[in-house]
Amino acid sequence: MKKVIFWGTRGSLPVALTADDVRQKIVAALNAANGKTFRNSALLNEFVDTLPFATRGSFGGHSSCVEIVSGGHEHVICDMGSGARPLGQSKIATYGAPNPQTYHIFISHLHWDHLMGFPYFTPMYLPGNRIIVHGCHPHIEAAFRLQMTAPCFPVDYSQAGAKIEFDIMTPGQTQYIAGLNVTPKLQLHAGDSYGYRFDSIDRSVVYSTDSEHKLESLEEREGFVKFFAKADLVIFDAMYSLAEAVSVKADWGHSSNMVGVELCQSAKAKRLALFHHEPMHDDNQLLRLFTETRRLEEITRHGHDPLEVISAYDGLTVNL
Amino acid sequence: MPYFTRARTKAVRGIIRPDFEYEEQVMNLPLREIAGVLIATVSGRIDHASANAFNSALEPLLKNCVGGAKPLILDFSGVEYISSVGLRSLMLASRQAKSQKGAFAIAGMQPSVQEVFTISRFSLIMPCYTSVEAACKVLGS
Repeated sequence: MKKVIFWGTRGSLPVALTADDVRQKIVAALNAANGKTFRNSALLNEFVDTLPFATRGSFGGHSSCVEIVSGGHEHVICDMGSGARPLGQSKIATYGAPNPQTYHIFISHLHWDHLMGFPYFTPMYLPGNRIIVHGCHPHIEAAFRLQMTAPCFPVDYSQAGAKIEFDIMTPGQTQYIAGLNVTPKLQLHAGDSYGYRFDSIDRSVVYSTDSEHKLESLEEREGFVKFFAKADLVIFDAMYSLAEAVSVKADWGHSSNMVGVELCQSAKAKRLALFHHEPMHDDNQLLRLFTETRRLEEITRHGHDPLEVISAYDGLTVNL
Repeated sequence: MPYFTRARTKAVRGIIRPDFEYEEQVMNLPLREIAGVLIATVSGRIDHASANAFNSALEPLLKNCVGGAKPLILDFSGVEYISSVGLRSLMLASRQAKSQKGAFAIAGMQPSVQEVFTISRFSLIMPCYTSVEAACKVLGS
């Protein structure tokens, strides 16, 4: 595996910046510039790089879609949230329409924020393409068809040009797919969700979203520590604060930054990506959460190797 | 040390784990009283290894933390680390005290533990005081 590209990182529902959000970023940038002038665009860009991420950028608003660049000829994708639309466009731009491709899509679960991008995933309309949808839910094909059935969507599923196949996987059983060993794991979420561990010869990536962790269960904890063991990157559902996750939002099926840090530290994972961001959080709130999570890792390290904490955003590429 | 450990290999919650060394801990929470407030001293780490012992030690104190009884403060000045499991235990304890109309609070956290409370947002849902003295002033008679 070479890299991971985040196309959609928002939880539950896509969000977009408002005019007021953009205005606040401009005001913050101009305040930071404080009357400076820039002789050329290189110097201007240098200045922009010094601004906080919440000012110079955005975490983005597409729902879950993550690409794992395996280095092989076939494409590996986790979930079909709304981030699947720009991903599909990128593939068409790179390979062109008349150049058939094979896409392996791993589905965590069948809730709409994880499927809604499929009808906008352009490669599915192009004859010659092959799409294999992998997942552990027995009714996964029915869910894909349902969202492309009137009155939900104007284009019926039968209009797909690509050859679409469904592969029902078994939790705990490793399959060799697109040059990777892929192991699904059952997770706690309404209607069940599944995490996936991808292992190549020298790299491991775990995609674990929409997963609630019941802290009182030692067995569950050990299961996830094993699932995350020594991973180069763990993509983790950090939607809530711990206080929310164990109180008012208990049983809502999501986890927290703190549990992500603890599990990754115990698993000796190298890097943790905070993922499935709360749609109510703006860029400043997400940046604060990110900074706090890095600090949490620091003060709870206790002499162990550092765990690198990143916060995923739409468009982020992580080299493995 | 406020508690001791004894290592053993056994079934944990009905799960046989012959290859896993589980440390069952017993935790003591020494009690004192200031200004009509019961103060239990907590020390060491409260994590997945010690949370059950912490819960067991806290249980009898919580049972008596009811309306009209002496308020209960946990003196956290000796706590070096608290994990998510430990925080959850505190949340359940606070909830139980509240349901019994008892007064319950945490006091005197070390800076790093205070940071964990802030980052986890537990500082928003738990009654916390900077020191035992400050807590006693508010909760004491």
